[in-house]
Amino acid sequence: MHISEGVLSAPVLITGAVLSLGGLTLGLKRIKNEDIPKVAILSSAFFIASLIHVPIGPTSAHLVLNGLLGMLLGWGAFPSIFVALILQGILFQFGGLTTLGVNTFSMAMPAVLSYYVFKGFLKGGKNIAFLGGFLGGVFSLLLAALFISLALIETERSFTAVAGTLLVMHIPISIIEGIITGFVVVYLKKVKPEALG
Amino acid sequence: MHLEEFSEGKSFLHRTDPRVKILIFALFSLTCALSSGIKIPAIFLAYSFILLAIANLRTKSVFSRVLIANFFIAFIWLFIPFSYQGNPYMNLGPIKISYEGLKYALSITLKANAIIIATMALISTSSVFSLAHAMLHLKMPKKIVTIFFLFYRYITVIHEEYTKIRKAVALRGFVPKTNIHTYKTYAYIIGGMLLKSYERAEEIYRAMLCRGFKGYFPLVEHFQLRKPDIIFGIISAAVIILIGVNS
Repeated sequence: MHISEGVLSAPVLITGAVLSLGGLTLGLKRIKNEDIPKVAILSSAFFIASLIHVPIGPTSAHLVLNGLLGMLLGWGAFPSIFVALILQGILFQFGGLTTLGVNTFSMAMPAVLSYYVFKGFLKGGKNIAFLGGFLGGVFSLLLAALFISLALIETERSFTAVAGTLLVMHIPISIIEGIITGFVVVYLKKVKPEALG
Repeated sequence: MHLEEFSEGKSFLHRTDPRVKILIFALFSLTCALSSGIKIPAIFLAYSFILLAIANLRTKSVFSRVLIANFFIAFIWLFIPFSYQGNPYMNLGPIKISYEGLKYALSITLKANAIIIATMALISTSSVFSLAHAMLHLKMPKKIVTIFFLFYRYITVIHEEYTKIRKAVALRGFVPKTNIHTYKTYAYIIGGMLLKSYERAEEIYRAMLCRGFKGYFPLVEHFQLRKPDIIFGIISAAVIILIGVNS
């Protein structure tokens, strides 16, 4: 989920860049040298996961999984999403340089928030952990869509209809994300509990 | 995975120093994204076409990339001409189309496409690793470049892991549908991938530690700024600034 170049206004772009810079600085500070390979390779896994299209009725949507990423990496979600967006820009020309800040913040901030809000659930039993994963997945994707919508509306009031449609479109997708995040969390709890630390 | 399709070529832009290309691209994106109206974005688009012609990329691939990138733009065209607050209106029966709204949508389309095409011509014509190398020279923090480097390096490895799991799942007769079983299966595929990633990361860290890893990779090779690089940089910067100043 990202906004293309040339759409947003300067104040919105600058706000996004400054906020992302803050998140990135904090994220990089939290990543110890021994954690560099972990953050990098989990980012690769999430990049591949985002290429998966899951069927929803007659259409399909690709996964974002920023909630899961946040729960596993905390503030490390900022550098992780940042490098993924840079690569998407280089390889597929999605997103871009001036929108890098807005796009990074929109996806990484909800991820970090879901780390703080839902991480506690994951220490509970199987059902509680699933619930935590589900809520984290739904919340993170919806909040990301909300941030993107706000960036559009702040740029130009008449984007309200576009933003609203974007937001509504993300409701079913966020539920799927929630279900998948919930199952992944339960799976990791079984096979790799230290990952949920 | 064949990812760096555009970086395989022998054009002038393929040989240009990536540091120069990144700087020119940054200048281009910023001035173009912040321009307004129709004329200036149109000139930027024309300039991006010149760059594209120099880069000499496969037309078919370029066209399909541009098409995909315009998906979001098409979405804007569906709404903006009808919801933009501005007179005069064009009346088409019960539907009102704002002339200002059309102009605004066209301006966005021109800017977005100019930057997308410039990205292909300037950035995608370098290999990802030489771009990472250039980022270090341009003083990006070492830690983020190291993460970027390992992240890209292991995408192909994790993708192999993914196709392996996909094959195993397909052999067991999995057909994706809209139901909980499908979502659970995808979750386990992703879980399996994450598990492999954790194991890989530990192995890599130990291997790197054996080789004296201190949080970054030292630079061994260095770029050579040649005369054509400097000339290209100066001409491009001058053109972009001239277009920008006129707006």
